[in-house]
Amino acid sequence: MDREIPEHLLKTKNGEPVTMLEAISEALFEEMTRDDSVFLLGEDIGVYGGAFKVTRDFLTHFGENRVIDTPIAEGGFTGAAAGAAHMGLRPVVEIQFMDFISPAYDVITNYIATSNYRGAGPMPLVIRGPVGGGNRGGPFHSQNVEMAFFHTPGLKIVYPSTAKDAKGLLKASIRDENPVIFEEHKGLYRAPALREVLPDDDYVIPLGKARTVREGTDLTIVTYGAMVHKSVEAAETLESEDGVSVEIIDLRTLLPLDEDAIVESVKKTNKLLVVHEDTRTGGIAGEIAIRVSEKAFEWLDGPILRVTAIDAPVPYSGSLEDYFLPQTGDVVNAARYLAAY
Amino acid sequence: MSDSAFGLGRTELHDLYRALCVTRAAEERLELLQKQGHVTGGVYRCLGQEAGAVGAAFALRRRTDGTGDMLCHTIRAAGALFLFGGELIDYFRQYMAKGTGPTRGREANVHWFDFDKGFVGPVSPLGTMIEIMAGMTLSFRLRGEERIGMVFYGDGASSTGAWHEGLNFAAVQRCPMILMVENNQWAFSTPTSKNTRVSSFTEKGPGYGIGAESVDGTDVLAVFDAVRRAANLVRSGEGTRMVELKYFRRRGHAQHDPQDYVDPAEIRKWEKKDPLDLYRARLLEKEWASEAELVAIEQDAFDSCRVAAEEAIGEPYPDGPDAVTDVYTDVSTPHPWTRADSPDPTLA
Ligand SMILES: Cc1ncc(C[n+]2csc(CCOP(=O)(O)OP(=O)(O)O)c2C)c(N)n1
Ligand SMILES: [Mg+2]
Repeated sequence: MDREIPEHLLKTKNGEPVTMLEAISEALFEEMTRDDSVFLLGEDIGVYGGAFKVTRDFLTHFGENRVIDTPIAEGGFTGAAAGAAHMGLRPVVEIQFMDFISPAYDVITNYIATSNYRGAGPMPLVIRGPVGGGNRGGPFHSQNVEMAFFHTPGLKIVYPSTAKDAKGLLKASIRDENPVIFEEHKGLYRAPALREVLPDDDYVIPLGKARTVREGTDLTIVTYGAMVHKSVEAAETLESEDGVSVEIIDLRTLLPLDEDAIVESVKKTNKLLVVHEDTRTGGIAGEIAIRVSEKAFEWLDGPILRVTAIDAPVPYSGSLEDYFLPQTGDVVNAARYLAAY
Repeated sequence: MSDSAFGLGRTELHDLYRALCVTRAAEERLELLQKQGHVTGGVYRCLGQEAGAVGAAFALRRRTDGTGDMLCHTIRAAGALFLFGGELIDYFRQYMAKGTGPTRGREANVHWFDFDKGFVGPVSPLGTMIEIMAGMTLSFRLRGEERIGMVFYGDGASSTGAWHEGLNFAAVQRCPMILMVENNQWAFSTPTSKNTRVSSFTEKGPGYGIGAESVDGTDVLAVFDAVRRAANLVRSGEGTRMVELKYFRRRGHAQHDPQDYVDPAEIRKWEKKDPLDLYRARLLEKEWASEAELVAIEQDAFDSCRVAAEEAIGEPYPDGPDAVTDVYTDVSTPHPWTRADSPDPTLA
């Protein structure tokens, strides 16, 4: 289709700053423009433009063969996306809230993740959607879903923390030959502080590579998603109030995990704190701790600690949810304990 | 529009009107509370759909001692929840996320439970409650109890695997259950035609081997009649049945949705089929109620909502540390040791 590009998708081209949500829209729009085989499936993504408006105006631009409003059937349309991927298309599935990915768990873990290994061929498929707490969404509109899939070989899991990363990582995910679960934190979507002017070229950020957000010498915080920003806040407090120098690694991709980046930083600072918004038991901190134990035990000068959500369903009421979620103050307290160790 | 009172007496006819008015007044109060900043989360109206939930629930055996019929309502079936004894004050506490509410701030809006009164609130993932109700009513059949269950879901929910799997299981096991399909013609922004190719959900009945009937969901007496007949069949051993309510969602999915994808003429058309207006006119025309009686019912509904809401506003929110309790019945969940105010400041 040869139509004018909607204004709100031209911000980067016009040198204007974008939110993380706009960066994601741009990535989808540019990939669909670049490659005819990329198409979208999801609930209310067409006329409505998606529950969070990520695909606003895509329907009028690309037409209903490439922006497909699905029945409410996450298992069904994710499976159908896999079939389309077999036939050479590159589907991007939107799950309205990632909490509702669970009906698709079977097809993702048993079929999609095993496809290449079984000889059924690569599976260029992205499953993306909003995650995370802090919005008073209650138990079914707030979850982080990474660890439900982290244990499944064959999947990649991406969780960006900035507008720039979101765009570059989503493009890389769409171009990847493997299935990617792409988590977008609702609290970051429109966060004013995350607005930035993006490079106006067709940049891609490779999957599997962490980013050093901040260099430091006294301890390392490994984190991702919304917790990157709380960790940075905490690091600034520690620097100004305690003179503690904190290095922060943003994982960006959880699977595969950038073990080298973690180990290298720990060898430099000798102390490690892992911070994640997901719940505690079976959270990624456990995997990171064992890898550091395997690869850098002799460099450690203190226990590996973690700051996480508590092991409970995500509660609805504000006071409960704030208590449930890891806060900047928790990061400060844990880092202080570790720095003094 | 039904001419007969279907054997209902004056008091029952008035009770039906009261339930409609309470539903309407409760949601209008909720909209006001939301504008005043008291509501946590969304407000989902059932404007135009009140008669479906009220007429259906009225046809069931409602008790308070755990021996009556069971209900799984939806957010658009608050009228059924009220008829089953869900208290207005609890409804407002839930929407305000108060610590005094039945879920103590853990869960939202109509998502709450009372097994004695016989209602089990839904979870958000659509379709699940059909499976749950299939199991609850299976237990009635296995134990030879004369109880039945009723589960509500919208047209859109019918696309989920859980809807199909649950309904098929119920049908095969002859679970004494009525599935109420709230066909309001929209699922968020998606028209029913994009969730199913059939034009009426009654067409799905034969596919499951169960009886299905469609009824005008704006006519409270017609709904009552259809569901009472269905309930009699289900209770006498026929097994699962489906009743489709046909009506229209006159507001957006929730208050955040301006519904600009809906033809305004269509909304205006359905305004003329307002279930409260229709039933009110019928009550007067048939002389089943006087104007003064109706005004008293309306005033009472309005007042009880105002009083309940005001009381709920003054009540406290939960304490943060309560977030760790009740995850298990017997295993305690540690508090975050990193909190300055943690009751459990050990390195956990
Ligand atoms: C499994 C699942 N997927 C997506 C959603 C998000 N969602 C909530 S309500 C809704 C539309 C429901 O439409 P319908 O069943 O017709 O009920 P209505 O809102 O019209 O009463 C959607 C898609 C969900 N709750 N559960
Ligand atoms: Mg509907």
